[in-house]
Amino acid sequence: LWVWPPGCSVLDEAFQRYRDLLFSSRSWQPPEPARKQHAPEKSSLVILVGTPGCNELPSLESGENYTLTINDDHCFLLSETVWGALRGLETFSQLVWRSPEGAFFINKTEIEDFPRFPHRGLLLDTSRHYLPLTSILDTLDVMAYNKFNVFHWHLVDDSSFPYDSFTFPELTRKGSYDPATHIYTAQDVKEVIEYARLRGIRVLAEFDTPGHTLSWGPGVPGLLTPCYSGSHPTGTFGPVNPILNTTYEFMSAFFLEVSSVFPDFYLHLGGDEVDFTCWKSNPDIQAFMKKQGFGNDFKQLESFYIQTLLSIVSAYDKGYVVWQEVFDNKVKVRPDTIIQVWREETPVHYTKEMELITRAGFRALLSAPWYLNHITYGPDWSEIYMVEPLDFKGESGELCLRTRGGWAGWLISPCFFVSSCRRGVQAQPLNVGYCEQEFEET
Amino acid sequence: MEHRGLGLPALLALLAPCCCAAPGPTLWPMPLSVKTSPRLLVLSRENFSIYHDPSSTAGPSCSLLQEAFRRYYDYIFDFNKSQLGPAKRNSAVELKQLLVSVVLEPECDLYPSITSDESYTLAVEGPVAFLKANRVWGVLRGLETFSQLIYQDSYGTFTVNESNIIDSPRFPHRGILIDTARHFLPIKTILKTLDAMAFNKFNVLHWHIVDDQSFPYQSVAFPELSNKGSYSLSHVYTPNDVRTVIEYARLRGIRVIPEFDSPGHTQSWGKGQKNLLTPCYNGPKQSGTFGPINPILNSTYCFLSQFFKEVSTVFPDQFVHLGGDEVEFTCWESNPEVIAFMKKKGFGRDFQRLQSFYIQKLLGIVSTVNKGAIVWQEVFDDHAKLNPGTVVQVWKNEMYPVTQAAVTAAGFPVILSAPWYLDWISYGQDWRNYYKVDPLDFDGSQEQKKLVIGGEACLWGEYVDATNLTPRLWPRASAVGERLWSQQNIKDLEDAYDRLTIHRCRMARRGIAAEPLFTGYCNF
Repeated sequence: LWVWPPGCSVLDEAFQRYRDLLFSSRSWQPPEPARKQHAPEKSSLVILVGTPGCNELPSLESGENYTLTINDDHCFLLSETVWGALRGLETFSQLVWRSPEGAFFINKTEIEDFPRFPHRGLLLDTSRHYLPLTSILDTLDVMAYNKFNVFHWHLVDDSSFPYDSFTFPELTRKGSYDPATHIYTAQDVKEVIEYARLRGIRVLAEFDTPGHTLSWGPGVPGLLTPCYSGSHPTGTFGPVNPILNTTYEFMSAFFLEVSSVFPDFYLHLGGDEVDFTCWKSNPDIQAFMKKQGFGNDFKQLESFYIQTLLSIVSAYDKGYVVWQEVFDNKVKVRPDTIIQVWREETPVHYTKEMELITRAGFRALLSAPWYLNHITYGPDWSEIYMVEPLDFKGESGELCLRTRGGWAGWLISPCFFVSSCRRGVQAQPLNVGYCEQEFEET
Repeated sequence: MEHRGLGLPALLALLAPCCCAAPGPTLWPMPLSVKTSPRLLVLSRENFSIYHDPSSTAGPSCSLLQEAFRRYYDYIFDFNKSQLGPAKRNSAVELKQLLVSVVLEPECDLYPSITSDESYTLAVEGPVAFLKANRVWGVLRGLETFSQLIYQDSYGTFTVNESNIIDSPRFPHRGILIDTARHFLPIKTILKTLDAMAFNKFNVLHWHIVDDQSFPYQSVAFPELSNKGSYSLSHVYTPNDVRTVIEYARLRGIRVIPEFDSPGHTQSWGKGQKNLLTPCYNGPKQSGTFGPINPILNSTYCFLSQFFKEVSTVFPDQFVHLGGDEVEFTCWESNPEVIAFMKKKGFGRDFQRLQSFYIQKLLGIVSTVNKGAIVWQEVFDDHAKLNPGTVVQVWKNEMYPVTQAAVTAAGFPVILSAPWYLDWISYGQDWRNYYKVDPLDFDGSQEQKKLVIGGEACLWGEYVDATNLTPRLWPRASAVGERLWSQQNIKDLEDAYDRLTIHRCRMARRGIAAEPLFTGYCNF
């Protein structure tokens, strides 16, 4: 039996979920009328939440603390926020175990818990390959089992534009792999955001510019820079064209939409891997560079674009996260910008990069050592586990899972291995061994 | 319009402006000879069926073929993309039937073997297409190819080009190794793998069924082996499970070759069979640990006799894989009785001779039960005396062409696996490396090269179980599949990429979670 302050959707949904995970008939046979154990029976877990905030969204500042007290007299979960309650419920579900006869047990326990880092994220790339909604939702489930709290949605990129824009429907129609089947409608996006919210997960949307934008070109003629060979356009395109007013008019309108669709305070604006070759080849850009006094320094042109974009987005009352190139190329950004470190060795080792960023007073997200798409033979989870994000000054970390051409494997700690199998999570094995209940394809 | 061998580049170029999803026939593996015309035929679910040609030596009593007809009918028409309108194209001729004709004695109720004839011809023209093969095995291969010729145009109409195909495999042994000892694989996973193998014309399932870590094979003669040696009682293959796998495979023209690896890799055997493994010594005292199978005891060979007698009845294939790899000599070296035995036999300190002594006795046992033997290369490298016809599987990557040359020079058939260890994953398109291998690229005479009977892609199970087996095997193993089926000159990587991306989507559509090669999407 559960007792709860009624009417809180986040908690109501969570109770149902955890009840099913623990007691559903999926894998369990009903316990035999076992010989009486000398264990007092617990009939309820009482949950006490300080400030409800049930209809709110989780944020970077959300508290996730909780305490769990299981003893002869009490069985309760205390937390300040609903988000803490979610974390506590997950822990509670991991404490419950079953005897061979089938009876459920829990040991006397005292847990006081809070996360070391407030931003614990997973990046999924839905541009290189379209990911059906179910796989995104399944991923959110597994993130909750692992207490991740940020879903970094790298929605669009060079390869395809699956985000269904209502302001610029041509973007999707011309840029998606297949506008009938390989898109995320407004309804899909709403569903992801709510599904995540119910698990205490923020959705951090990334619309990466000015590079990584080839798929934007077909739907917005004139947005991308036409590349030249000598004095003739080659027919190919490069990054977003930073010298046209129309570009910024477009970005204004587009990010107005994005700001309203994605409720998290932060938006990820990308800014990585801008290839300057196309800009260099374009005579209009060359002329602009001269006029602005940038000389031959295209980093300044990149800065010019990014700064304009940032002020557009700030005007919509959003904060932003950017990839490290924005910092490396000395773009002037607001002091509350978050910089995401993804490059392992260039321009410096990532630990040095973290140091530089934090010394300059910015908050940093670490991803460099956690590119899960870089698969190798063997138990690579241990290297991932051994990374210490604070070998220097830093704030939080994010796991990057750019699903470029590959199956996204799930990482789990050794202690968690067994229960992952049981919950039907397709988590691959760390080493030889077995699960009581093996994963079966349906 | 004629296109041979290398594919249908011009035709595909017309139909496929980009790498993915353009409708058109895409064959994998590439048949021996393909002639296509631009004349199109249409088919519909309601009006098309697969029949036995009246002149065929096989008929409706052949359940292998009946099952195959039903299966391929579903593969062809059971697409997610529903037909948007009635079959358009008034001008197009309708394909109403595929008539299947077996020429020789069909072998319908037999098991496939190394000498099975898998050749077939396919003549697709309206209103009746003809699939002709010497045996049922060729029909199975031909049905797969036929199903690959059919595609849906942008209206959803099932379309096929008039074509003429002659096909047969370059190598007769084209296998996949699965490891059910390091991780138990549920039967469903094994059956799914057999389905995928059929889509890629693989014809051998090398079932590495037991090893150090666990013994899931339930033996009737020695039930304690799995009672004590399996991970748990629910991690066991019952005789019924084994029968299911063998029959499911047979219906797809796939041989099941079990591997009971010894004398090394046998820790799990010792749990249920006392005194089978060599007790290791720490000086004068037993250390409590065990090594390889004890080769000096009569009881060992008594056990092996009974065990392999059972194995030979349970597994109908002509061959059994006996393993023989990575035997650690340290435990033998520590055991005083083994040392004494070595002295008595005049082996001195050469443990390779003791190993060979064991293997030769085991080979004798296996030939008594009328089976052929396959062994890992160490058995040959370490100079055991092998019966002629013993197949040697080359797995060590260092200078494997040299090994191939040595084994074939000594007159033994070779199965190549060394460059095809699919459990060694890495970032990027490693399928290209598998595709580039040529199994006959070693110094040897024509006679020697004839002894290379084929190869196997190996998926060792240290890091593999039901959660990740299928994406890890496919489509990377498909590259190996084409290398073993198609002719030597089929090696253009760009054309292979174009065809494999579509073939991969086809496998995904048929329920095989094959991972992508690179960015892109599947058109369904």
